[in-house]
Amino acid sequence: MAILANKDVQPLTAAQARHHAATADRRTRLFNRCCTGVLIAFALLWLVPLAWALDTSLKPNGETVNPTWVIENPTLASFQTLLAQGDIINWYAASFIISALSAAGTVVTASLAAYALSRMRFRYRWLTFWIILMGIMVPRQVLVVPQFQELGSINLLNTYWAVILPAIPIAIAVFVFKQFFDGIPKELDEAARIDGAGFFHIYRRIVLPLARPAVSAVTIFSFVWAWNDLLWPLIALSNPEIMTIPVGLATVQGTYGIRYADTMASAILGALPLVLVFLLFQRRIVEGIAGTGLKG
Amino acid sequence: MASTEVTGQAGTVAPARTESHTTRSGRSPSGAERERRWSGHGKPALLFLAPFLLLYLLFIIGPAIYGLVMSFFHTSMVNPGLGEFAGFGNYAEVLSSSDFWASLWHTIWFTILTTPPLIVLALVFALLAERARRGRWFFRLAFFLPYILPSAVVALIWIWMYTPELGLLSRAVTSLGFAEPDWLGDPDFAMVSLAVTTVWWTLGFNFVLYLAGLQEVPRELYEASAIDGAGPWQQIRLITVPLLARTTSLVVVLQIIASLKVFDQMYIMTQGGPNFATRSVLQYIFDIGFTDFRSGAAAAASTLFFIVVLAVSAFWLVMTRRQEPEL
Repeated sequence: MAILANKDVQPLTAAQARHHAATADRRTRLFNRCCTGVLIAFALLWLVPLAWALDTSLKPNGETVNPTWVIENPTLASFQTLLAQGDIINWYAASFIISALSAAGTVVTASLAAYALSRMRFRYRWLTFWIILMGIMVPRQVLVVPQFQELGSINLLNTYWAVILPAIPIAIAVFVFKQFFDGIPKELDEAARIDGAGFFHIYRRIVLPLARPAVSAVTIFSFVWAWNDLLWPLIALSNPEIMTIPVGLATVQGTYGIRYADTMASAILGALPLVLVFLLFQRRIVEGIAGTGLKG
Repeated sequence: MASTEVTGQAGTVAPARTESHTTRSGRSPSGAERERRWSGHGKPALLFLAPFLLLYLLFIIGPAIYGLVMSFFHTSMVNPGLGEFAGFGNYAEVLSSSDFWASLWHTIWFTILTTPPLIVLALVFALLAERARRGRWFFRLAFFLPYILPSAVVALIWIWMYTPELGLLSRAVTSLGFAEPDWLGDPDFAMVSLAVTTVWWTLGFNFVLYLAGLQEVPRELYEASAIDGAGPWQQIRLITVPLLARTTSLVVVLQIIASLKVFDQMYIMTQGGPNFATRSVLQYIFDIGFTDFRSGAAAAASTLFFIVVLAVSAFWLVMTRRQEPEL
């Protein structure tokens, strides 16, 4: 409130106040309408690149030199070419396997660890907590060189495991779960323990079902991060058969030459699964970011 | 936000200990029963922690330590083992390499170009969205959808946008009567083009953080100030923006760290070119590590980069700690 202690704000009589409120209200409504207009313009501007990519992908390759949004001969030929050629199907499969297993691994291991940190007493709890906390500070990107040596020495390079295993231990996921578990009343566990339930039963049947928002946020984020990661999969996967979508697209980028429609069709196909994820889970994604500041 | 909450939880560890002491001294049978149930969960705790800790030690902490060790050796990708001891040789070499300093400068230049627009535009758009009565889902879609796309998709779309003569941007620029810049081919202009792409791509994240921050501004403040005759502009200037200070400080630090970690856009759109003008630190590490096979030197550069990122986070922590009592 101290902020409002502005010199041009004076104590008012009731009539003055009503008058002020009415003009302020009118001004506010006009102002808000202007805001909406400006924002719509920006939002449309933001959608232009995506719309242009889609527009291009629906043209025949020869028509992409036309500087117009109008498509004279709309065609799905570019999509058909790409799907027939088959690379992108392999990449889809690789991305899907890697992202799904990474996300599942993160949710299971991080929630188990968080449950122990939230509900159990044991020696070195404090130490464990800080070791995991340290992991948030380490950017994954600085680990690629030693990780490459390590995974090479156990012959895992060029396998899905080379990408999945390092993607599972996400330190911040443990904290997201722990924070959520800490908010679940301990009386629930205690009651279950008096009834003779073990830790795992409580975790599986009581705590985890109550932590659905945390589970879905961690699932979506670890899935999207694994799907979008470029640097590490680029290093670990050099076999085109098992490349992920980003690695595949980055690698063939340029080989389409002037076939702009094909290039854009590959971009659209690469974007499609995530657009679906976004449309399905828009709310959860936004809440996840707002609640935790998760950033890839 | 994340870190303050985390330290808050660390604080709960101590009281938890004393609690277990009191149950130990409790004389009632139920107290003893409790004690048996709630203290000394060493074995189950280990079982619950094992899967995460195992992978975490193997693939995060292990490589981090190994990388640090490697940075003191002439490790090579083509020979097994650590190789000859190098002392601080790798660090001396990296620090005296003009390529390293150039890539560090490119990274910082990229951070300077992207951070202000990514914060100011996100704030402005969030403020505007807050005032729009309807259609918030549409704004979220438009601004946030790009953020969730893989960098490779974004890069392909923008390479097409920047294609000389045919790209949408060149057409827009020439139709407005300007001379078309060589978007990605001009060493001086390429970074600006990459920054524009990045602003388009990642703005949605900051936008959503600001929208969440705006939810926490109490409605009554607007109503009360409206009764006092404050116009919308005054409300924004005197209420909204000051109350968003915490969000802004979080957005700033996350943005700086994210910008310092840039790799994908350059790698795909310019391959660090033209003439290495857009090579970032991570790409420098990638090049010496995986093209020159010099793991030791790459590990030393990684460690130096890690120190820079850590310094930014530490600086932010100190600054927010100092601000905290006032809020």
